[in-house]
Parts: sequence; structure tokens; C-alpha cells
Amino acid sequence: MVEFALHHAWLVPLLPALAFVAIIFFTRPWPMLSALTAVAGIVGSFIVSALAAYGVFTNPAFKEEPLVYAVRWFSMPGLQIDVGVQLDPVSAMMIFMVSMVASLIFIYAIGYMKDDPGFSVFFSYVSLFAASMLLLAISSNLLEMFVAWELVGLCSYLLIGFYSHKIAAREAAKKAFITCRIADFGLLLGLLAMQIVFGTLNLVELSEKIANFEQYTTFGILTLIAVLVFIGPIGKSGQFPLHVWLPDAMEGPTPVSALIHAATMVVAGVYLVARTMFLFHEVPGAMELVAITGGFTALFAATIAITQREIKRILAYSTVSQIGYMMLALGVGSMTASLFHMWTHAFFKALMFLGAGSVLHALHHKADVWEMGGLIRKMPLTGWTFVIGGLAIAGIPPFAGFWSKDEILAVTLESGHYVLFVMAAFTAFLTAFYMWRLIFLTFFGEENPENHPHESPAVMTLPLVGLAILSTIGGLVGTPWAPYWSEWIFFGHPHHVEPNYWVMIGSVVLAAAGIYLAYQLYYVDKAKSRARALAQRYNHIYTILYNKYYIDEIYLWFNHTIVDGAAKLFYLFDIYVVDGIIVNGLGKLTCLLGEGIRVSNTGRLQNYALVFFLGVLAVVVLLAFTGPSAASLIVGGVK
Amino acid sequence: MNVDLSLLAPEIALAVLGLGILVLGLLIPKGSRHGLGWVTALGLLGVLGLTIAGWDNQGTLYEGIFIVDRYAIFFKITFLTAAFLVTLGCMRYVDEMGDQSEYYSMMLFATLGMMVLASAGDFMTLYLGLELMTIAFIVLVCYRRTETRSVEAGIKYVLLAGMSSAVLLYGLSLVYGVTGSVTIYEVGRAVTTEPVPALILGVAMLVAGLGFKISAVPFHMWTPDVYEGAPTPVTSFLAVGSKAASFAILLRVFIAALPGLWAHWTMLVAILAAVTIIVGNLVAIPQTNIKRLLAYSSIAQAGYILVGLVTASEAGIKGVMFYAFLYVFATIGAFTVVTYFYNVTGSDEIKDYAGLSQRSPLMAAVMVISMLSMAGIPPLAGFVGKFYLFKTIVDNYLWLAFIGLIMSMVSVYYYLRVALVMYRDEPVDHTPISLSGPVALTLIITMMATLVLGIYPGPLSEVVNTAAHSFFLP
Repeated sequence: MVEFALHHAWLVPLLPALAFVAIIFFTRPWPMLSALTAVAGIVGSFIVSALAAYGVFTNPAFKEEPLVYAVRWFSMPGLQIDVGVQLDPVSAMMIFMVSMVASLIFIYAIGYMKDDPGFSVFFSYVSLFAASMLLLAISSNLLEMFVAWELVGLCSYLLIGFYSHKIAAREAAKKAFITCRIADFGLLLGLLAMQIVFGTLNLVELSEKIANFEQYTTFGILTLIAVLVFIGPIGKSGQFPLHVWLPDAMEGPTPVSALIHAATMVVAGVYLVARTMFLFHEVPGAMELVAITGGFTALFAATIAITQREIKRILAYSTVSQIGYMMLALGVGSMTASLFHMWTHAFFKALMFLGAGSVLHALHHKADVWEMGGLIRKMPLTGWTFVIGGLAIAGIPPFAGFWSKDEILAVTLESGHYVLFVMAAFTAFLTAFYMWRLIFLTFFGEENPENHPHESPAVMTLPLVGLAILSTIGGLVGTPWAPYWSEWIFFGHPHHVEPNYWVMIGSVVLAAAGIYLAYQLYYVDKAKSRARALAQRYNHIYTILYNKYYIDEIYLWFNHTIVDGAAKLFYLFDIYVVDGIIVNGLGKLTCLLGEGIRVSNTGRLQNYALVFFLGVLAVVVLLAFTGPSAASLIVGGVK
Repeated sequence: MNVDLSLLAPEIALAVLGLGILVLGLLIPKGSRHGLGWVTALGLLGVLGLTIAGWDNQGTLYEGIFIVDRYAIFFKITFLTAAFLVTLGCMRYVDEMGDQSEYYSMMLFATLGMMVLASAGDFMTLYLGLELMTIAFIVLVCYRRTETRSVEAGIKYVLLAGMSSAVLLYGLSLVYGVTGSVTIYEVGRAVTTEPVPALILGVAMLVAGLGFKISAVPFHMWTPDVYEGAPTPVTSFLAVGSKAASFAILLRVFIAALPGLWAHWTMLVAILAAVTIIVGNLVAIPQTNIKRLLAYSSIAQAGYILVGLVTASEAGIKGVMFYAFLYVFATIGAFTVVTYFYNVTGSDEIKDYAGLSQRSPLMAAVMVISMLSMAGIPPLAGFVGKFYLFKTIVDNYLWLAFIGLIMSMVSVYYYLRVALVMYRDEPVDHTPISLSGPVALTLIITMMATLVLGIYPGPLSEVVNTAAHSFFLP
């Protein structure tokens, strides 16, 4: 069984892809059947992933040598593209995590999307997404990965705009797609440069060639490639300054937010950097860029999150902030810590998104946390699982988030990035604060008499329970005393971080302080008058934060004045020069030429014969009076 | 002399099949000859199987006058696939024309001619195959003998083809006169880089004679008239089979027999390719008849394929073979739609295709996919084919690649014009067109092949690599 799974790992992306095809072409008229097809696809994929992961994590040989198999997709002299599978601890962990979270979210969606007119279509899209994401995780070369990368972008676009009757959803979908496209262009340039310089995009070959890069190229081009490649993750993983699409993406159905915009797709950027670590490792400058981007984004997004009112928006900024942590860890050189946080984050963030979905489901899509309150009495399962998620993200031991966040703080400190360490530690405080602000406002305090909440059906709460369990124990695989995680997931050599008790205690204190502050402001103070007074007193800061540093407005202004202004200029140029002279002129000229030559086809046999012999004559003349030297003079073709 | 007849098995089988159909037609009463199409199709499938089975069985016969290498076998597979698909798609058309047995046996003899041509190892075999193919086609072109257009096309074809044959023969005799040999590889050894005037003249004649068959500009004048006048299945077979066979022998003659003069003819071929691409695409724009449009587009396609000959390299041969193979599916797909549409509506005018997407989604889809493949839009097969072809010349003939690029853009214009009519315009007659089984099968095969070869060209590319490699072995 395990051997079978290891050697047929291509089934992992294939099964959801088949589900997508089956739903689109066959089962679409029957919603329940479509949902079951989708669930069957992803659960099947999860089983294969789990077996493959078992096979990988029980065989230490995989640490040294990944299992790669591929078929030739395209070949010609100088360019060979394979499509294949690369199984090593990192990709095995990734497909296991993605398929597991996706399975739970698919099941949840059966309840959440019930009675939606687009039920079947929804399941076909999420199946396609799961297939693409798993392909991305398992790819053995960067071009294949790029194809999957674009596919997940497409699915993200389709699903954000799923409620296409809402203008906001359409706008958000476009924003997400365009923002990511801008970033993907950088990535594409990076990949092209890699293909040109190293002649391959195969991960294994690249890692060997780049490790000995002096023989191949100069240092500058490598820096350029790393920076270009990193632009892709900046967009896809919502890092500053291309984070703007992610909060808006919450217009999509909540299971989508949980699956795509929290647990899996947005961490694809982290995964890509981790996959190409051999490249970044050679370029210290690029590593610094990654670390600074991550650290800054973590703090930046956390400050925005403390003032937001919409439940999913808070979670979205929290996601941006947490991905910032992962980037920070990558940048300071610890792939172990970064992917560990990705692993735990997938559980507790999916949990919280699904919990938020359950709340929205109960309150008929009223999203403002200030209008909620006391929900835990009517929705105990949703409420208490959410609390577990809150403890996990705040970093309270023994919940999952504590171990991974602690490791990130420890490696940052160990690598000597003191400023980034302070920023990350402060972010941990903010995280605890804004998340518990959300929890106190939503689930505790007095009930809002306008609301008539009810607990969600079992098909929705059971995945919550499952994710809550994972959020509780998921971090135990990587505690400082039992570091299984760092023995398997590493770059270069396994690196055990010594348990740093000061960091550990400090981070717990910070988290507790954040929770306590939220408790004082939003629970003890029933009227929330102190919170309001604080907002009044620091009105300027509050307004800036509430308006997300006006980044959207700045982009809008830039677009309206600079881009549109330039566009007006180009428009005139386009109308009169491009359209008038070049396009229409050329078009007319082409058509006229066509008409002109057409007239020569008279239909008279004599003319045809005449042309034929004139042609023979022309050929003879060409051949006889232009030797090779003349030929090369005219057409420059002779080698 | 020891003759290994197993090398000739496909040709023998095909000849027997052709004669058998002829005899069967005499035995079966006139009203019940519908089944002959199926017999032909299945027989072709059998010969195709026989040919594929002989993939590893390479060799030469009669001291090199008949060459069976993978290069030839690949082209034979191409012809037989084309013949099979054309037969499958044209049964109803042929039933309406009558005289099925003669039609099918002529098709088979034309195919036989192509196969001989692909294997030709000397100028005599070359001429024999060429004439067998051409004469069979002459009969086929004027097969609707009660229709003036068909007869006119036939007369034009016979006269102009005769003319080109004369020129070709003259060229061959000049080459023989200079080198003293008619065997292609011996000629190759005798031709030096030193240009002899008579040899140059001979090469020019060869270019003209074979250029006529592939309808390269300026020897293309017959193409639109003949394509328009001939019965549509014949047109499609003419566009695919005859062209592919002529390319097979063109490559053999120029790369195997005249490599010494490469520096002389490479420039000529490049110019011919450029002119052919330009003229074919430009004149396709104003056409209103779908068959004439496809005729000009096929001229342009010949120009693209000619690009593969310019460098006379293995990569170029590979490009030609790959393109010839995928071209079969795109062209037959488009022409099968035209054939069937003519059966239903009696029209070949583009404007009558209005609203075809509503009347028959499959026909419209196949038409668009075939045309976009010819235009070279990814992820369709044509893109990969053009990529292989133009990749060979990018280093030294950038201007030619540039022309190919620009003219591909022009071609998108007239291809999409047809798509626009089919998808945007409202149909005059709303009755759905129901497809008969074999036609639907043909359409689906061509569409799938065009898609699959575009998305996953790897396996075919490997096959073509070994085939192109065998070209240089003897």
C-alpha cells in the first residue's frame, strides 16, 4: 500500500482533477451527487497523501535523496520540460496538510453552501483548486509549479467572485487577479532567467547547479533571479506592498476564505521560497529582503487588524500578519520554523475561518463584531472551538501556535536580527490582543437582542472539532524537547534550536498581556467606554489604522492620476497614431494587397502556365546569378 | 538478387485492397455499394497496422531504389491516417455522387502513389510514385463530371500537372546528365560544392516541379481553382496527402541528393517560403468561399512547412514531419465540416455558416479548433508544430521567422472571421444539423488529436526524432 502510494503520488492531484471534470460534465444537475464526488476526490487524495507521507517519514533515505519521477512533456534541443512528482519530506508534509485541511473544509462546505444555487459549480471549482494546489506542492520542476501557481490563482479568482451578483465580489475578484498577475510577472521573469542561465527548471538539477554557481554565472544575475522570483510570493502570499487583495478576497464564500485565503494558497509563496531555498541561500541580500518584508508585514498587518470591525477582515489581516512570520523565518534562514508555522497556522486559521463562517451562517451574514456578543451560549461548539483557535494563534502553550511561533522568535534572535526580533515579539502581543478582542466581542458579553443565533448542523461543527483537535496537538510534533519536525523538515543540515526559556517565557507573557488587555477593554468593561475613549484620544492613529494606512487610497490615487493620466496621453496616441496609421492603415494595406494579388488569379489556364514558367525563370535566375556569397549578402542566412 | 518482400508488405496490401474494391464494385449491384466505404476504411486501418508493425523493419530494396527507413514509414503512417479519416468522413458525400467503387479504389491508388514516393530511392521510382498519385488525383478532381466546375478543375489540373511533370523530368535528366546516376544517395555523393551550370538549371527545375505539388508560390496558381472545383473530400486529401508526400520527396531529394549545393539553394528555399507564406495569407483575407479560403490557407501552411527545409538539418526534418502529421488532423477536421455542411445545405459560402454553433456545436467547435491550430494558437497542435519549425531558423534567418510571426497574426484575422460568423451571427435556418456516426467520429478524432498533440506533444516528438534520425543513417 505504502509503496503503491509512493510510486503513484501523481494520483494526489489527479483525483480532485477528475472530480472537477466529472462534476462539470456529468453530475452538475444533481447537487448532492456533485458534493459527494468532490468529497470522494479529495478524501481519496488524502488517503494517498497520508500513505505517501507515512512512506516518506518512516524512511530516513528520503532526507538525502528525494523520490522523483517524471514524464517528458516537451522536448527539443536545448529545452526539455518534464512533468513529474518530487516526494521528499517537505512535499510529503505539504500534500498531507493540504489534503487533510481541504477534506475537512469540503465536508464543512456541504453544510455551509446548502441551498446555494451554485452548489455544484462551487464544488467543481474547489476540486480544481485542490488539484492545482496539490500539483503545486508535488511538482518536480518550476515550470510545472508555475502552471499550478497560475491555476490556483485562477481558482482563487473564480471563487472570490463566486457571488458574482455582488459588485463587491466582482471587484474583489478582479483586484485579486490583477494584483497577483503583477507579481506573477516577476516570478515568470525569474523563471525565464533561470532557464536561460542554468538551462533547466528541474528542482533537483537546479539545486546542484546553483550550489556551484560560480562556474555558471556571476553573482549579480543570481541576486536578480532571487529578487524576481520573490516578487511572485509577495503577491500570492499577500506581503506588503501587494497585500491589498487579500482582505477584499473575503467576499468569497467562507469555506473558500478558509481553504484558499488562509490555509493553503496564500502560503504557496512561502512554499515556493522554501522550495527554491537553494537559490535564496546563495544570495544573502535576497534573504535579508525576505526577512525584512516578512517582519514588516507581520507588524504592519497586525496593527491594522486591531481596529477592524468585520470578523473575516480581522482574520484576513491576521493571515497576512502570520504569513509575514513565515517569511521572516525563511529570511533568517530557518525553513524548519517557517514551514512549522505554516503547518500549525493551517489548522488554527482554517478553524477560525470556519468558525467565523458558522457565526455568519447563524447571523445571516451580519459581519460586524460590534453587533455580536454572547454567542457562546447559543453556539457552544462554534464558540469553544474558536476559543481554542484563539489560544493557539495567541501562542499559549500547549496549543499548536505556541511551539511554532516560539521557534520563529528563537531563530530570529539566534540569527542576530534584533530589530526584527523586537518587531516580531511586539506582533505576538498585538496578535493576542486583536484576536481576543474579536473573541470577547463576538462570543462573550451581552447578547444582542436583534440576533437569533442557532448552532450550525453537525456537518459543519464536526470539521470544527477536528480542526480544534489538530490546533491543540498539532504543534507537539516539534517541541524543543521532541524535535521530530526539525529532524525531517530542514534545508542543508537539521538544526536544533536550543530551548530558549527566556524567549519562551517572554512570548507567553506577551500573549497573556495581550489577552488580558482585551479582557479588560472588551469584557470587564461592559459598555466598552474605555475602548471608545482610547480610540477618541488617539483619533489620528485610529483613523489611519482603521483605513489600513490608506494604502488602497494611495494605489487608487496613483491609478487615477498617474496611470490614467498617462493612459489619456497614450489613448490619443493610440487613436491617431496606432489605430489610425498603424492598425487600420496596415489592416487596409493588407486587405488591399490581398485583393490585389487575388486579381492575379484570373482563372485562365494560359495565365497560370505563364506565371509558372515565369516562376521557373525567376528561380533559375536566382540560383544561377546569386552564388552563396551574394545570398548571404541579401538574406544573411548562410552559416 | 535477394528481395525482402516484407519491406513491401504495406504497398502490396494496399494495391490488393485497391484492386479488390474495384472488383467488388463490379460484383455488387449498383444500389448496395454503400458498404464499400466501410470496407475501404477498415482495409486502410489494416494496412496502417501493417505499416506500424514494420516500424523496426528497415532496409533498402533493389540496390537502393526503394528505401524503407523510419522516415518513409512515418510518412506512410501519415498518408494512411489521412486516407482513413477522409474515407470515414466522406461516405455520405460519395454515396450521393455515385460510382463508389471507382472512387475508393482511386483514393487507394493515390495513397499507394504517395507511399511509393515516400520510399523512392531513385529518380525513376520518384517519378513513378508521383505520376501514380497525380493521375489518380486527376480522375478524382473531376469526379463530379456533370458539374462544370469539377470538370474545369480537372482540366486545369491535368494540363498544369503535366506541365510541371515535364519540367520536373527535365530537371531530373539534367541532374542525371551531370552526375551520371539516378540513385538519390549516389547523386548525393557525386554532387560537389562546385556549381556546374547544368546542375544549377536542373535544381531550378526540380524546385519548380516539386514546388508545384506543394503549391509553393509562384507555382500555386492552380490550387484555389482545383481545390474549389474538386469534390470536397478529394480537396482535403489533395491538401493533406499529396502535399505531405511531395514534402517527403522534396526533403529526400534536396537533403540527401543535393546537400553539396546547400549553400546555393538554402537562400532560394527561404525566399520561396517567405513569399508563399505572405501570398497565401494575404489572399486568403478577401475570400468568401470556404474552400478557397482553406486553399489559400493551405498554400500558407506549405510555406510554413518549407521553413523546415531551409537549414537542411535533422531538427528541420523533424519539424516538417511533426507539422505534416498534425496538419492532417487540422485540415481533415475543417474539410470534413465543409463536406458535411455541403451535404446538408448545398453551400460552400462562408456567409451561410452563420449560426453554425447553434445548429451543430460540434461542427463549429471542430472548425474553430482546426483553424486556430493552423494559425498556431497554443495549446493546439499547430503551435507546437510551428515552434519546432521556426526554432530551426531563428539563429540564422530571423527575418523569415519574423515574417512567419506577422503572417500568423494576419491568418488569425481570416480564421476568426469564420469563427465570428459561426458564433455571433444568427442562423437563417434554425434546424439543428444531426451528424451521422462516421462523420461525428472523424470530427471527434481530429479534434482530440489536435488538442492532445498540442498539450502533450512529447511522445510524438520522440517518434519523430527517431524517424528524422533514420534519414541520415544509410
